[in-house]
Amino acid sequence: MHVEEIMNRNVITLQPNDTISKAHQVLVENKIRHIPIVDDDFFVVGIVSDRDVRDALPSKLSNEKTTNILDREIATIMSSPVLTAHPLDFVEEVARIFYDQEIACLPVISNEKLVGVITEKDLLYTLIQLTGTHVQGSHIEVKVPHKPGILPEVASVFGKRKVNISSVLVYPYRNDPQYKILVFRAQTMNPLPIIRDLREAGYELMWPNNIPEPRV
Amino acid sequence: MNKSIKFVYDTSLLNYHFHNNHPFNQLRVLLTKELLEDSGQLSQEQIISPRIATDEEIALVHDPIYIHTVKSAETLNREHLLSYGIGTEDTPVFSNMHEAAAKIVGATLSAVDAVLQNNADHAVNFAGGLHHGFKNRASGFCIYNDAAIAIKYIREKYNLKVLYIDTDAHHGDGVQEAFYSDPNVCTFSIHETGRYLFPGTGNTNERGIKEGHGYSFNLPIDAFTQDESFIDIYETALREIADYFKPDIIITQNGADAHFYDPLTHLCGSMKIYEKIPKVALEISKKYCNNKWIALGGGGYDIWRVVPRAWAQVWNVMKDEQPMKGSLPTTWLNKWESKATSPLPVTWHDKLEEIPTIPRKKEIEEKNKYALENLLKYTKVKRS
Repeated sequence: MHVEEIMNRNVITLQPNDTISKAHQVLVENKIRHIPIVDDDFFVVGIVSDRDVRDALPSKLSNEKTTNILDREIATIMSSPVLTAHPLDFVEEVARIFYDQEIACLPVISNEKLVGVITEKDLLYTLIQLTGTHVQGSHIEVKVPHKPGILPEVASVFGKRKVNISSVLVYPYRNDPQYKILVFRAQTMNPLPIIRDLREAGYELMWPNNIPEPRV
Repeated sequence: MNKSIKFVYDTSLLNYHFHNNHPFNQLRVLLTKELLEDSGQLSQEQIISPRIATDEEIALVHDPIYIHTVKSAETLNREHLLSYGIGTEDTPVFSNMHEAAAKIVGATLSAVDAVLQNNADHAVNFAGGLHHGFKNRASGFCIYNDAAIAIKYIREKYNLKVLYIDTDAHHGDGVQEAFYSDPNVCTFSIHETGRYLFPGTGNTNERGIKEGHGYSFNLPIDAFTQDESFIDIYETALREIADYFKPDIIITQNGADAHFYDPLTHLCGSMKIYEKIPKVALEISKKYCNNKWIALGGGGYDIWRVVPRAWAQVWNVMKDEQPMKGSLPTTWLNKWESKATSPLPVTWHDKLEEIPTIPRKKEIEEKNKYALENLLKYTKVKRS
């Protein structure tokens, strides 16, 4: 999945000579946490986070006058140079950068111009979609030997029952490299025929299908 | 104690039939009616015939284009139908689908009219409770969402505050969604956690949006939850929610699929929960609603051993304030014995030795308690 598919294109930006007060207002009004700072050509020269702005403000518990500080230019507190992404980068690369660099937002740049931003929240939404939990379905976990051909073998059980799969995930099984857990999200309220087929074919099902049905 | 209670029924309600191998089987409704008749609990004067719902009434919740699609299901192409959730394994096309589904909606509206126009105290439509129907989409065996339509109908015609109580083992997602931003309709669903079970939603943090925030309640309970834990947290939650919302009328969706015999879910209740659920509903209807209570059916896929007893107990509690005890009538047993796919139970309660022993029971109870605490986090604070 490419960054351009999940990035936000309506980017709220400021310029380096805007005031810290303006940045504070923009963050609060738009409920955002990062503002890319651009020049007249939409070239990204810095980025400001809500934390940068808060660090610049005096404590709300003190009576200190804040006007001079808030009138200063954003350029004095912005981070620069800025880590950026390209619209055709992969989402997983962005996840790696967020994790390694401990940041939560990347401006997306194409032809030296800002075209979007991608945030931690966009990545979490993508994770929700990958798990298939955003659509109605039943969740079935199967423990399988880690060997070629096993995925189509198990998936064919769903196909035979004409049940649509909305997502498949492959997890490691604890620390045992010989096994994997296949997690299927199937678009049906009646997973029973599939569960029975899987059992009959000798696959090991995980909780809550691994204790025998009291009802049979 | 001369209460008026009505049972909506005629055989047209059995026409909601996908095919012979489908788990949703409305024979349950007939089995329930006959169980009550053979027990001497249901008389002819108490039965009322369902009307059919008009397109305008169905459009209180569903898009006209969706209604049109259901009407033309037998002639439209597969791709088109699938985009409306029709023609799937769960909700396959059957002939006269619209009429059958509209009749169920009409039956629920007949139950509403019995209570709000004709002064019955309570009314039931066990053919209804199809809580997975959405504005534009059929799902989970449901085409039209009769419960949501009835609530909209009550709102528009009578302007009453409605508490919807859903004890089906699956989350009542369609009804929740229809009133997610409405502060005059409070929805409460207790169900098996959506981690494994369809539809997947129904977390405690789904509380409603905008003005409706704080009026959607979800109590997801763990797979293999048993009687004590179920009853304990259910009662506590419902009493607290009712006291917080103070409804004018309650609608209960009485899905009977949280039983240990049910093939589609992992909950492990016995008949005890189906004796308790209507008793708490009755209590709430007396305390806040001047008796006004409409009960619907819902899920329930062990149609021989579980559903007839569970639903009949709803009626028994409406009628006598107590569930029935002891043996089931032999006339009923003799009539259905040969047709049943599993041996019929002979008593109203479940035999102790049939109730399975569940590992991790303590852990399950602890998790359910935690869900309850989460659920009620704001109700007390908001009122103080």
